[in-house]
Amino acid sequence: MQSHFLDFETPIAEIEAQLVELRRLKESGEAVDEEISRLTRLSQEKTQAIFSNLDPWKITQLSRHPQRPYTLDYVANLFTDVEFLAGDRCFADDPSLVGGVGRFEDHPILFLGHQKGREVKEKVARNFGMPKPEGYRKALRLMRLAETFRLPILTFIDTPGAYPGVDAEKHNQSEAIARNLEVLAQLRVPIICCVIGEGGSGGALAIGVGDRLLMLQYSIYSVISPEGCASILWKSASKAPEAAATLGLTAERILDLGLADEIIPEPPGGAHRDLATTMKSVRAGIAKHLSVLLSKPVDDLVAERLNRLMHFGVYTN
Amino acid sequence: MWWSRWRTAQEAGEKKPRKGIPEGLWTKCPGCTAVLYRPELDRNLFVCPKCGHHFRIGARQRLQWFLDPDSAVEIAANLSPVDFLQFKDTRRYRDRLVQAQKTTGERDALVTVTGTLLGQPVVVAAFEFSFLGGSMGSVVGERFVRACNTALEMRIPFICFSASGGARMQEALMSLMQMAKTGAALSRLSRYGVPYFSVMTDPTTGGVTASLAMLGDINIAEPGALIGFAGPRVIEQTVRETLPEGFQRAEFLLANGAIDLIIDRREQRDRMGKLVRLLKPPPS
Repeated sequence: MQSHFLDFETPIAEIEAQLVELRRLKESGEAVDEEISRLTRLSQEKTQAIFSNLDPWKITQLSRHPQRPYTLDYVANLFTDVEFLAGDRCFADDPSLVGGVGRFEDHPILFLGHQKGREVKEKVARNFGMPKPEGYRKALRLMRLAETFRLPILTFIDTPGAYPGVDAEKHNQSEAIARNLEVLAQLRVPIICCVIGEGGSGGALAIGVGDRLLMLQYSIYSVISPEGCASILWKSASKAPEAAATLGLTAERILDLGLADEIIPEPPGGAHRDLATTMKSVRAGIAKHLSVLLSKPVDDLVAERLNRLMHFGVYTN
Repeated sequence: MWWSRWRTAQEAGEKKPRKGIPEGLWTKCPGCTAVLYRPELDRNLFVCPKCGHHFRIGARQRLQWFLDPDSAVEIAANLSPVDFLQFKDTRRYRDRLVQAQKTTGERDALVTVTGTLLGQPVVVAAFEFSFLGGSMGSVVGERFVRACNTALEMRIPFICFSASGGARMQEALMSLMQMAKTGAALSRLSRYGVPYFSVMTDPTTGGVTASLAMLGDINIAEPGALIGFAGPRVIEQTVRETLPEGFQRAEFLLANGAIDLIIDRREQRDRMGKLVRLLKPPPS
């Protein structure tokens, strides 16, 4: 697959384009090995230079990169014996929030995740990763299934947010999100949440309450999108880069606030540039926390989770 | 002391006009355009005597009308907000807080008290919409949780009147986490069978609707209140069509099965007092 580069990656993109050309020439017998290794080194250096100094707006763009691994990529690479489970048992199946059962390192688990689409048709079918109430209610149903069969829950967060639509309101998406928060707080199985791309507001939180919050290095998590924040507070969506900076939505800032437990490092250039390495890091991150959580008595697990939730907040007394 | 702070709030309110609360002797009803005599409107709990339009009212005014006279004792009054992100848009969050505190006389957007309703002990929380749009940040979340915990310890019902634009952007992700925190606190009430009555007033939107407001054992709304997750303008921009008549109003929610009932402000003491007597928590 041809790599897609963001605007701020233009210097890397130019070198990579030259490399594509050289590899083509090499195939037709031209002696270009030396130039290839020189440019490969140069590309790595440029990547290193650009990625060692990313501002929150650039990280926001990376978190939404069209080639970034989505939930289904993690499901395919991290789990075995997978079966997807559909529907809220009341109204519909929501393809923007997927879930199912499978094995992680031989352990039976239940997974949930937002799913965006790659091509236009799939993007529309997946509603750009914005769940509707039936999606949250499917998630709720599966959470309860997990509790019944003592399956740890792994969630993958990647959504611009809840869907602002007429039907979503008519079907009371507020209640659907709120109910998940209430149920997740008391669920008697380990829950690990991992932000893989965009953590957008209530739509993210509806599968985001758990015992651990992991964030990929170039993922974001925010109460409102930088564009939305900018249009409300600055009255102009073009101030999104400023909003991204002030919202503190990067993994690093969220770790500092004590809301995330661990940042999972991404390969140079981002998760999409080296899928195998990304999967290895995410696997290791989940495995480490899961084994700790599985060793806890369930009563302690829930008590610790409630305690963690009750300590969210900064104020003076 | 609750009373002294409350008076300060009222005096401050008289000097600075609050959105929704009419000033002066005569006022026009936004519902039916009737010209109303303010003292009569006041006696009528700020409900238009002609058309029943419910004016927005402040948190302390509401508590005074709802609870038995002199029964209220404030919970967690000293908690104050902090600008921990040094958040700055066109203005600093710190400056916005100072101004909101000055104009409302409140430290933050939620007032929590214990008191009695028709002689029965209850815990009540009320949002102050004129404090940064009733937005939920750390102090609102913590006060809500402490009120919840008081209800739990005393095994008495918890009632919350919401009026909020949602999560407080200036506290960024920490404000989103207040949704998780208040939801978790309510999950404990529900485990112990302590009843929670959520009363949604105009307007209740965003992260407050999608957490504490929709989790009532009984969900109640005031007539005509705007209640929803996404705001109507955002939805209009997304779907690019005009919204149906009465969309996201209390009556729309009732018809679509989202809430249990609509109660007129003038009947709230009696009817909620009755509900409180019917839904008793088990003895601890």
